Amino acid sequence: MTQILFKDINKEGLHTMKVYEELGGYQSLKKAFAQKPDEIVAAVKASGLRGRGGAGFPTGLKWSFLAKDVFPRYLCCNADESEPGTCKDRELLLKNPHLLIEGMILCSYACQIETGYIYMRGEFHDLSFIMDKALEEARAKGYLGKNIMGTGFNLDIHTHLGAGAYICGEESALLNSLEGGRGEPRMKPPFPAVEGLYSKPTVINNVETLCVVPYIVNEGAEKYASLGTEKSKGTKLVSVSGHVKKPGNYEIEMGTPTSELIYNLAGGIRNDNKLKAFIPGGSSVPMLPADKVDTPYDYESLAAAGTMLGSGALIVIDDSVNIVETTLRLISFYMHESCGKCTPCREGTRWLYQIVERIMQNKGQLDYIEKLEDICGNMSFKTFCPLADACVAPVVSSIKHFRSDYEEYFKNVGVSS
Amino acid sequence: MSEYKFSEDQEKEIASILAKYPFKTSALLPLLTLVQRADQVVSPEAMVAIGKRLDVSPAYVQSVLSFYTMYHTEKVGKYMILFCINISCQLNGSDKLLEHTAKKLNIKVGETTFDEKFTLHREECLAACTEAPMMRVNDTYYGDLTEQRIDQIIDSLD
Repeated sequence: MTQILFKDINKEGLHTMKVYEELGGYQSLKKAFAQKPDEIVAAVKASGLRGRGGAGFPTGLKWSFLAKDVFPRYLCCNADESEPGTCKDRELLLKNPHLLIEGMILCSYACQIETGYIYMRGEFHDLSFIMDKALEEARAKGYLGKNIMGTGFNLDIHTHLGAGAYICGEESALLNSLEGGRGEPRMKPPFPAVEGLYSKPTVINNVETLCVVPYIVNEGAEKYASLGTEKSKGTKLVSVSGHVKKPGNYEIEMGTPTSELIYNLAGGIRNDNKLKAFIPGGSSVPMLPADKVDTPYDYESLAAAGTMLGSGALIVIDDSVNIVETTLRLISFYMHESCGKCTPCREGTRWLYQIVERIMQNKGQLDYIEKLEDICGNMSFKTFCPLADACVAPVVSSIKHFRSDYEEYFKNVGVSS
Repeated sequence: MSEYKFSEDQEKEIASILAKYPFKTSALLPLLTLVQRADQVVSPEAMVAIGKRLDVSPAYVQSVLSFYTMYHTEKVGKYMILFCINISCQLNGSDKLLEHTAKKLNIKVGETTFDEKFTLHREECLAACTEAPMMRVNDTYYGDLTEQRIDQIIDSLD
């Protein structure tokens, strides 16, 4: 299978400039600087690359939305990886920091940006040293700084650490946090491309997204677009975790069947148990039952199956689990991480938690499921950011596919748990 | 309240942090982190000093600090154990392992040991799901945990 991001991922010393350049690193810069910035944007558009952070917005289009003739502009790389189940960016940051820097240079050149930030979650403190070291190497080589490779193009990139808040992975909350504020989401519009960091036009892209750009510049948009399916182009890193024998990050071509990821790459279900459910794109997307396991892993096929590709975190659940228990844990997470700005989310996550907890304590009443659905309906699309919807996804999908798991508890109503 | 003094090394670091941003309020999180790394907590004195440096009020500093889970205003142990209990870890038995860890340290989750060596916290996803169940002790990630491995890790810290 074609490997773009993970081609050399386990090569010794890949994180150093020396090894990275021996393997062809930074070659794309010369190619890019020979073209006009707009040509790079056009190539990224033509490649069909879509944002790998979760929303899947076309990357080239995002770049082309920047407010015309307003400067300075900023680039923020979203390295706040915190969607439960997702750990692909951490592997890239840890083992291949120069690939991200190269991608950020290309993006900055294409969008005429002179300052870039890598917003990393606070828990990645150690990784920030690796990144700082790589940035230092890039400065020493003249890939960052003033008048890069004699082109007149200036750019510097800095790391910035968060301090523990899931919501800062949401792009407008990330901007508030980077400005030194509480990480609460902003009202949109205006979108960051018009008014982002310090109210200036800003590009925000996920680590994986930016890491793809050097390949597009080196090999051409057509070659990238020839990978994957008609609408979901290229490859995708998928973090497979949960009840599998070989959990890990795997790079697949878009459209690969989900079953291939679970049973072949990740070695199948542990203890040879049976698959019960899987969450294909991180904890914020609806779960699917085992009979959907052949769904091709791409944006459209997963959407048609009633879920989303999200951040590419495949969480595998075997038949030893009662889904209500898993759902409660996810609600508890969103309740903890709700920033409290919007009432439907702040209150709704708490209500969902209390009701599901009561069900699990055998104190449920038969209309509780309807109540859950009613609350979910009043949370969806009623908040500034999608955190409320993320909390609703496991609740609604678990009721839809695993109602009998809830009913198990109703059988024992009154029996102390 | 006595005045908080930054050390000479910290002053150097503050200068390089401030140089990263066109507006100095952006340095707020980095400065809080800097102080906490030296003192283990962020004291009211430090909040005042940081506020002064960045031209924001101490109340603003506190309002931002209180938003983020990684800052502490009360004393924590020398080793901060953050135990992931989110979905991938839960599926791999983290609840039982957390219970085991608490028992081993003879504290409840959220508490600090009497000798102020360990603090144990429940933590949401730390982005190492393929190594689940996992925990973070200060800056180090430990994955593929078992009861034996947890005991070994805790015993090896001094």
